[in-house]
Amino acid sequence: MNASPAGLETPPVLRLRGIRRAFGDHEVLRGIDLDVAAHEVVALVGASGSGKSTLLRTVNLLERIDDGVILLAGEDVSDPRTDADRVRGRIGVVFQAYNLFPHLSVLDNVTLASRLVHRIPRAEAERRALGLLGSIGLGDFARSFPDRLSGGQQQRAAIVRAIATDPELLLLDEVTSALDPELVGEVLELVRALAARGTTIVMATHEMAFARDVADRVVFLDAGRIIEDAPAREFFAAPREARSREFLSRFLPEA
Amino acid sequence: MPSDVELGRRAFRRRQTRRSVLVSALSTLVLAALLAVALIGSPGWARVQQTFFDPEVAVAALPRVLQGLWLNVQVLVVASVGVLLFALLLATIRTLRGPVFFPLRALAAGYTDLFRGVPLIIVLYLVGYGIPGLDFFGRMPAAFWGTIALILTYSAYVSEVFRAGIEAVHPSQRLAARSLGLSHGQAMRRVVLPQAMRKVTPALMNDFVAMQKDVGLISVLGAVDAVRAAQIETSHFFNFTPYVVAGLLFVLLAWPMIRLTDWLSARTRAREQAGSLV
Ligand SMILES: Nc1ncnc2c1ncn2[C@@H]1O[C@H](COP(=O)(O)OP(=O)(O)O)[C@@H](O)[C@H]1O
Ligand SMILES: [Mg+2]
Repeated sequence: MNASPAGLETPPVLRLRGIRRAFGDHEVLRGIDLDVAAHEVVALVGASGSGKSTLLRTVNLLERIDDGVILLAGEDVSDPRTDADRVRGRIGVVFQAYNLFPHLSVLDNVTLASRLVHRIPRAEAERRALGLLGSIGLGDFARSFPDRLSGGQQQRAAIVRAIATDPELLLLDEVTSALDPELVGEVLELVRALAARGTTIVMATHEMAFARDVADRVVFLDAGRIIEDAPAREFFAAPREARSREFLSRFLPEA
Repeated sequence: MPSDVELGRRAFRRRQTRRSVLVSALSTLVLAALLAVALIGSPGWARVQQTFFDPEVAVAALPRVLQGLWLNVQVLVVASVGVLLFALLLATIRTLRGPVFFPLRALAAGYTDLFRGVPLIIVLYLVGYGIPGLDFFGRMPAAFWGTIALILTYSAYVSEVFRAGIEAVHPSQRLAARSLGLSHGQAMRRVVLPQAMRKVTPALMNDFVAMQKDVGLISVLGAVDAVRAAQIETSHFFNFTPYVVAGLLFVLLAWPMIRLTDWLSARTRAREQAGSLV
């Protein structure tokens, strides 16, 4: 395996090489190569069914791969001897919906992994969680159960839960697409704030305007292949590939 | 202050409510009267009343039958705890993944199939007369073997209830738990099982009500419970009233639980319907 272009001392947070995954004879990922550097925000775009969710689950070892290598900070986590639970503890994930545990208070949701996986004492985990919840205006909801929260508040709490353990990488899978339009903004604002703080993020999204503003890079996926991988500004201003242009024209009618 | 239209609607609804209460009270009375007339008017009523509803026999038999019922209650409590633990174990075994657990999984599956098929009374006889024959455990009272038989049979049903509950928890909940780094066991204990329990509480309570009646079957092993006490009193008085007394006591015992179960499942249903609107 080659060292990253920057040199041996800083391997990328995430490096994917030749990732393949098929369900039956349906090839969903057909050889994905991707590097994500520290503090980078990568937007994963592509039509529904192009393999974005599968790719994110793969990175988090929630999905078996048929071929390829996954390196997390230089460590081969696709090795079958890897302790998958430990790897997942290093990566934060937020899905489209059903993220929070309905039988636990918001505070318990946020502190669960800290306490069980990272063995942080409850008092300390709660102090930290209350700080995080307070910073995004959910302090008053810490003791509430998720069904008291709006969809936007729930997703923000889910994001806080994902970053509560200081993960090396944050994966977001269309975190706003199950929300009412008026609730999308507050969730995107939180993601924007995390990006500004230097969190390394890979996010599958259909929010093209948001991707253009916040992402450093855009990776366009089509039928399980990366068609274009470009700086966000370039991708939206002048997509190189015909299929990227076609895809964008459906999302950004003015482009 | 509500508008006149609203006040009019409320008055109308109040009249409607009053009328329907009146109608249902009346129809209940008429039905009860018809039944009573038919029963009392039947040619054999006097004899039936004498042998099944003799107040003096009822009073005389009550203390013994009550004493027997106390044994039923004890067996019920111990068996319920046993069933919960054993059923949870069975259900958990059946959710274990991995080839190592295959024999355990198969054993648990075979167990639930077997014990859901065999009538409780046969399990009672086999356990109550078979196991003591092994001379393994020393002498145990009949109620002990009855409790074991109840646990064996009911755990098979209840483990299926648990399993259905576990499967009813949305798969993304387990995915979310695993993505946080929780192990399979932690995800089960902290995320899946607590939600599954909530979902199956009404079904569990139904099984509990069923078991409340079936504890009476331990009498076939000679345990002097309410049913056996009633039998003894019946042959003493040459009168069946003690059975009626025992039956009524069982109903009284089960009734609060039956009401609670109904109330809980109605509430759960209402919540789910309210939830589906969001
Ligand atoms: N567990 C699975 N079993 C079978 N097919 C699946 C499974 N998960 C995803 N797929 C298929 O893989 C393709 C890509 O899905 P997905 O990764 O969810 O795409 P996206 O997130 O880009 O919409 C779809 O055709 C989907 O039907
Ligand atoms: Mg998806």
